[in-house]
Amino acid sequence: MTTGVVYTETVVHAAPEQFVADAPYQLAIVSLEEGGRLTVRVSGERVIIGDRVAFVEDRNGIAFFRKA
Amino acid sequence: MRPVAIIGIGKTAFGAFPDRDLRSLAVEAGQKCLADAHLSPSQVEAYYLGNFAGPSFVGQNHLAPYIAGAMGITGVPCTRFEAACASSGSAFYHAVSSVAAGLNDVVLVAGVEKMTSQTTPKVTEILAGAGDTCGEVRAGATFPALFAMIARRHMYQYGTTREMLAAVAVKNHENGAKNPLAHMRKVITIEQALKGKPISEPLTVFDCSLISDGAAAVLIAPLERAAEFTDKPVKVLGVAQTSDYVALDQKDDITTFRAVVAAAQKAYKMAGVTAQDIQFAEVHDCFTIAEIVAIEDLGFVKKGEGGPYELAGCTRLTGPLPINTSGGLKSKGHPVGGTGAGQICDLVSQLRGEAGERQLARHSLGLAQNLGGSGATAVVTILGVA
Repeated sequence: MTTGVVYTETVVHAAPEQFVADAPYQLAIVSLEEGGRLTVRVSGERVIIGDRVAFVEDRNGIAFFRKA
Repeated sequence: MRPVAIIGIGKTAFGAFPDRDLRSLAVEAGQKCLADAHLSPSQVEAYYLGNFAGPSFVGQNHLAPYIAGAMGITGVPCTRFEAACASSGSAFYHAVSSVAAGLNDVVLVAGVEKMTSQTTPKVTEILAGAGDTCGEVRAGATFPALFAMIARRHMYQYGTTREMLAAVAVKNHENGAKNPLAHMRKVITIEQALKGKPISEPLTVFDCSLISDGAAAVLIAPLERAAEFTDKPVKVLGVAQTSDYVALDQKDDITTFRAVVAAAQKAYKMAGVTAQDIQFAEVHDCFTIAEIVAIEDLGFVKKGEGGPYELAGCTRLTGPLPINTSGGLKSKGHPVGGTGAGQICDLVSQLRGEAGERQLARHSLGLAQNLGGSGATAVVTILGVA
């Protein structure tokens, strides 16, 4: 299972037109254990920099991670 | 390379103008600029236009000859440059290159954006097109979100605080309130800035620049011919454009813009000056954190010291290094394609001693920094009294 560490994050309140219904939602850049970084959505509990997170699912091409 | 001078400037007010279309704004700026240099349209040898998203905002393409034609400029190269929010900074860089190389003598550079005819969620979506639409944008990133993530990381690595971000907004509104062409001429307090509506945490509405309509134009010519057009020529001492990856998640350290650092080093070298010689600057404060990162990347302060420097008031009109005396993108407004050319106009106003209430005592050497996206394009320009 893909895991990583939160490099940075934000909670988006003002969403672009196609995601208005999702707001507010948390977005994070995750440093992946396997190398590289990925911009992901966070599901469940809010995370902060340094938190360990794990991949949950892919929804319409968007990777969702949650606190590990 | 021939030395290049700025011989004329022209700007519209920045703001929300429901009765104005994109072309009329760009034409107004261009005509003011031609009048400033006592030039007729037939003397213009090329028209370089910066525009980010005219096709998306107003459905018009082929913009450069469309606008030039409306000013009576035909039969010359008319080209649109797109580099996100650095579109007209990029147009300026390429225009200077062409004059310096001897291809053209008199070139009109302009920038324009007409943004306010769309709803804010639609504007947010169009602006997000300057990010990686297959990655970060697909996941739901907006430009405020990208800069919010930069702010979080800057806070984590350097101890930057919300108060330091707010200090940037307060200072830029203080300056913009004195600028007759600014979009939001309103003074704000630290408390107001901190309590603003959240946009993308930790950024509030007071950390974000404005959605504006507006245009700006600059005329350039070889320095040796400048006296034919103006008594107050301004010399282009250095100019550089550089690039980096578009996606924020591809950058090793998001608390610095490598493209800005590289462009600044090139521009300083070309001008034969150092960061410490610069007396004032217009920097790209699309978000308050961007001004803090900019003054660090330009070498005005050490990495991580941008926030405390702003909080201490060092960048105010009365401080040792005034930043964004125009009010910056925050208060003056940010018609994205017009911003780079607008910064050049603002520097020239100070250098000529025509900045009114905002006029600085030391005004012989200034710098402009224009940023595209989350740092994929950077243009740094150094201007001096000729």
